[in-house]
Amino acid sequence: MKKSHNCGSLLESLSDYVDGELGDALCEEIERHMADCDNCRIVVDTFKKTISLYQETSEKTTIPIGVRERLFHRLDLDDFIQKEN
Amino acid sequence: MIKEPLQEPSLQLLRSGDRTEIARLVDGHSLNIYRLALKMLANPQDAEDVLQNTFLKAIQALPTFEGRSSLATWLYRIAVNEALMIIRKQKPEIELDLQSEDTDETPALTQFTDWCCLPEWELVSAEAKNHFDKAIQQLSEKLRVVFILRDIEGLSIHETSTALDLTETTVKTRLLRARLKLRELLSVYYEERLDMEKSDEKIS
Ligand SMILES: [Zn+2]
Repeated sequence: MKKSHNCGSLLESLSDYVDGELGDALCEEIERHMADCDNCRIVVDTFKKTISLYQETSEKTTIPIGVRERLFHRLDLDDFIQKEN
Repeated sequence: MIKEPLQEPSLQLLRSGDRTEIARLVDGHSLNIYRLALKMLANPQDAEDVLQNTFLKAIQALPTFEGRSSLATWLYRIAVNEALMIIRKQKPEIELDLQSEDTDETPALTQFTDWCCLPEWELVSAEAKNHFDKAIQQLSEKLRVVFILRDIEGLSIHETSTALDLTETTVKTRLLRARLKLRELLSVYYEERLDMEKSDEKIS
């Protein structure tokens, strides 16, 4: 990464930047820098993608039917195992 | 923010031990608790134990639940403690006090491969997903739990800090470290995929 003020300060602002919690001025500064600095652009893109990949793939987790049944049994809720809806 | 079930169970009914309401509470939150435990422990049997113990303890404690945090945050908090207890049993040598000072350092940026262009099927292949799970296990427990609550379960920074009894600053610091480390680990993996694609192209 070429050493400029912005490359270093990007690291600290990275989370706030991708979470949309950075002020407009700082956002613009980062975006201007990314246009010129390939490494920083790649870091931001892959950083974002890392988070979204974890989100996407975790959303598909389900509770196995057996796990739910054993849970209800353990909690003495056997009569609620059959879902109403 | 935490996605609450369409209709949150009534606290009053829960406290009075209404079983229908308790069953609704369990169905409304069990997936989140199970997923947290799975990501934390990487073992379905342990995750199931955490799930059961969390709701057992929660149901016992409901009469004294003051409602200062949301039910969801409160359940996460119980589940995290249950998960940490299992880890302590399995690895007594590691220090597991979430409130203690950080020993992790901010990972340096070492990977600059742009792998975002990889096709979707390759990004989320079964092998890639397996790698995500391994990567998350390489984080220290302190970092892992913050990443799971904030980025996988979708809690806000504030909710995460409430669930873990940490300051928001600490949550933010650990979140950044966790995300950076995972980015490094995923980059190493995808770089290999890209190299393989390139060598395939040369052959054909
Ligand atoms: Zn830069």
